[in-house]
Amino acid sequence: MSDPLLTPQSPALPPRRRPFFLRRGPMEAVAVTVIALGFLMLFQPFALVLYTYSLITLLVGTFMFMIVSKFPE
Amino acid sequence: MPGLEGRRPGPPTTPRDPGAQDRFLPMATRLHLRPDRVAPFPPTQASARVTTSHHTLADKAAEAAARATPDGVVVRVRALSDRAIAWLFIAPTIVLLLAINIFPLFWAIYLSFTNFRANRPNAEVKNVGLGNYSRVLNDPDIWASMQTTAHFVFWTILLQTVIGFALAYLIDRKFRGHAFWTTLILIPMMLSPAVVGNFWRFLYEPQIGLFAYAVSFLTGIPTSEIQMLGSVNLAPWAIIIVDTWMWTPYVMLICLAGLRSIPDYIYEAAEVDRASNWRQFWSITVPMALPFIMLAVLFRGIENFKMFDMVNLLTGGGPGSTTEVASITLKRDAFEAWATGRSSAFAIVLFVAVFGLANIYVKALNRVKQR
Repeated sequence: MSDPLLTPQSPALPPRRRPFFLRRGPMEAVAVTVIALGFLMLFQPFALVLYTYSLITLLVGTFMFMIVSKFPE
Repeated sequence: MPGLEGRRPGPPTTPRDPGAQDRFLPMATRLHLRPDRVAPFPPTQASARVTTSHHTLADKAAEAAARATPDGVVVRVRALSDRAIAWLFIAPTIVLLLAINIFPLFWAIYLSFTNFRANRPNAEVKNVGLGNYSRVLNDPDIWASMQTTAHFVFWTILLQTVIGFALAYLIDRKFRGHAFWTTLILIPMMLSPAVVGNFWRFLYEPQIGLFAYAVSFLTGIPTSEIQMLGSVNLAPWAIIIVDTWMWTPYVMLICLAGLRSIPDYIYEAAEVDRASNWRQFWSITVPMALPFIMLAVLFRGIENFKMFDMVNLLTGGGPGSTTEVASITLKRDAFEAWATGRSSAFAIVLFVAVFGLANIYVKALNRVKQR
């Protein structure tokens, strides 16, 4: 067996980053954007169809925020 | 030990109080403790002077408490852990919160999926699925009331934040009588919205109102033409003025707390660096007071989305439906049309909007705090 001190080792790899969809910061930003969009849709005076779909947008954003805000930093 | 021989002896220890054991024994008996385990703590020199006397107030109080406590209670309290006692104290608040806030919320969610009408309690309640939500989200009248609400919220928050911060900035400068002026400015906030709504209705009266006379004096417009509550164009602004008048002091108070929290040495360092007042304001004052400003905006935003009392007293939603904000429409749906299920769905829509808004602000607040 070769001496472990003399064996060439690969340089230490940087810790693997979590995938984008499991990172708290960016996902919180996405959730807040969805909530803001739903909020604007609810109160805009331009198109009734946007108002109709505002609640579902708000709900998606809110639930998303509640989930992703529990992710580790 | 070498080096310790020359040390001065400490004060002599106080002999144990001979009467203490006699005093603790009856108490221990009542508390169901083993008497041999109940040894009073050895008194320190300072406390000995207080506790060695048999007639101290603490002794008498302890004995009286032990005598007065029923045996059952003593056993029960002794059996409770710290955690259980903590729950015991918190429980009334939690029960109230559940009864007043959480249960009605879940009940409203349930009702929003039914055709329940509060004026027909004995009628059969049917599940209508998402029908109520569909009606609420496709109703042009409700959509219009949302726009009225947005207009009202936007202008009140903008005016209250700008004027409130300006007032806080002025009050923060120490000048003679600033405490008096602070109190005077805070008075509108302390009044009941019902009182404010009523007396502003009189102030807005075209014939006898002081507001109309003041505007007439300044602009030359006849008082009969200043119909603040009767005009389609002026009525929304009449409500905005009253709300701003009433709640600007609240924003001012929060901003003042923010301004007072800025340490002086930051301004002194800026002075040393020859920063102008304008630069100090934008680079120190505003960023450091921003979390407080955002907090004020959050509180006022959430409150104004629910605004009902002032609008109801001043205009009742009129003239026509010009000032019919969402809460007025909701009240009409719930207690005039008696469409309880539909109005519950409408209330849930508003709740989700405010909840989402609160999430955005919490996120923004955290970001500002991290800077």
